[in-house]
Amino acid sequence: MSRIIHRREFLRITAPVIPLGLAACGWDGGKRLQPLFDKVIDANNRAGERLLAIRHAEVNPLQLEHGQMPAYFISEGMPLLKDPAAWRLEVGGLVRKPTQFTPEMLAALPHLNYSITHHCVEGWSVVKRWGGVPFTMIGALVEPKPEAKYVQFDSFDSDYMNGWDIESAMHPQTILADSFEGKPITPAHGAPLRLYSPIKLGYKLTKYLTRVTFTDKKPGGYWEDRGYPWFGGL
Amino acid sequence: MDAPSPQPPAAVVRHGPLVRITHWLNAVFLAGMIGSGLQIYTAYAHFGYHGETFNVPNPIDGSRMAVPHAIKLGGWLAGGLRWHFTLAWPFVLTGLAYVLFLLFSGEWRALLFRPSDVPGAWQMTRYYLRLRKDHPPQGKHNPLQKSAYTFAIVLAVLSILSGFAIAKPVQLGFLTDLFGGYEWARYWHMVAVWTFTAFIIAHVVMVFVADPGSFRAIITGRYRGKFVERPRA
Repeated sequence: MSRIIHRREFLRITAPVIPLGLAACGWDGGKRLQPLFDKVIDANNRAGERLLAIRHAEVNPLQLEHGQMPAYFISEGMPLLKDPAAWRLEVGGLVRKPTQFTPEMLAALPHLNYSITHHCVEGWSVVKRWGGVPFTMIGALVEPKPEAKYVQFDSFDSDYMNGWDIESAMHPQTILADSFEGKPITPAHGAPLRLYSPIKLGYKLTKYLTRVTFTDKKPGGYWEDRGYPWFGGL
Repeated sequence: MDAPSPQPPAAVVRHGPLVRITHWLNAVFLAGMIGSGLQIYTAYAHFGYHGETFNVPNPIDGSRMAVPHAIKLGGWLAGGLRWHFTLAWPFVLTGLAYVLFLLFSGEWRALLFRPSDVPGAWQMTRYYLRLRKDHPPQGKHNPLQKSAYTFAIVLAVLSILSGFAIAKPVQLGFLTDLFGGYEWARYWHMVAVWTFTAFIIAHVVMVFVADPGSFRAIITGRYRGKFVERPRA
């Protein structure tokens, strides 16, 4: 008698588990769940924004490095400028003084250097040295208007771009980087200029910059539009 | 003449609705967290700085193939992240509801493993190792069960804290540092979840091998199994 009960009990357990097994197999949740995921990620974003003002990423004072930083781009080949001397950084949008920065103008501005931990959304980290113009300096020069809540960063790497909240862009550790590991930045890492900040994941750090636009409309982003968290904060 | 079969014991109320609901909700949420967590893990199926070896045991080190597709939830990294960050909140809240219930109802007394439980846990171990023939008398849970159920809560807390340490290594840097930094926090997160999985397997096996009546009890609330509860002396 007790054996039969055991078998029935066993079936009663496995039955509900089977749909769970079927539900995995890489299921992304289907169309109905995506808006729910978006809402939750949005709420997580807002919680992150509230914490942002308090924290700086810890700087590595000994300038140690760890790990290997891979090259990253979405074009078929490494994005290379045909005429590097002709490259300019256009900064405009909702600003009082739209400015076209030449490499010489940027080189002359005060630079911030740090050795800091970099995080990729894939789950790995490295510790590397970066140097560049603090974005707050760019902001001081172009004078964004009060309505500007977002910043869009455009790249010459195919259609790669990112949209940021202005607070993170103006974080003291956010820089437009032109040096990596103490040397001028190479095409493998986003030359001639790339965004760097230790408070956001790597996919938010636009490489191969061409244009910066201050805006009041929330921009998307290459990976953000494909389901990755828009805020991407650490 | 055969002895008459014994009457089944009278049903005893064993698990209230809150225990049963949180148990099954978190069983589902945890399955989703582990499935989506494995999806996330396979985006970089190693530990340590990128390109460096990290000398820790990792049976699933390797490529995307390190974990079978059948048990991953999400389809790709973004899909896994969306599931993981969405299920995390109900998982935490359900767990919190359970822990608060334990504290405020006094039910923690039936569950919490204390130093006085060590001799009893040893006796239970001797019984399972067949070093003693008779099952030691027990209340609702024997001391070995208490150690498992207490440890499960500790594991859940460690899984959650290490998860936050990975997700916010700057905003919650003090927490990440407690785990030894980001790379260690990521490893401890995995270790906690592996250990949790081992607990779940042992738990399900024990339900069927030792006391199948407990399975009905965690659904209906009423226990009619072979371990008659003895009032605590």
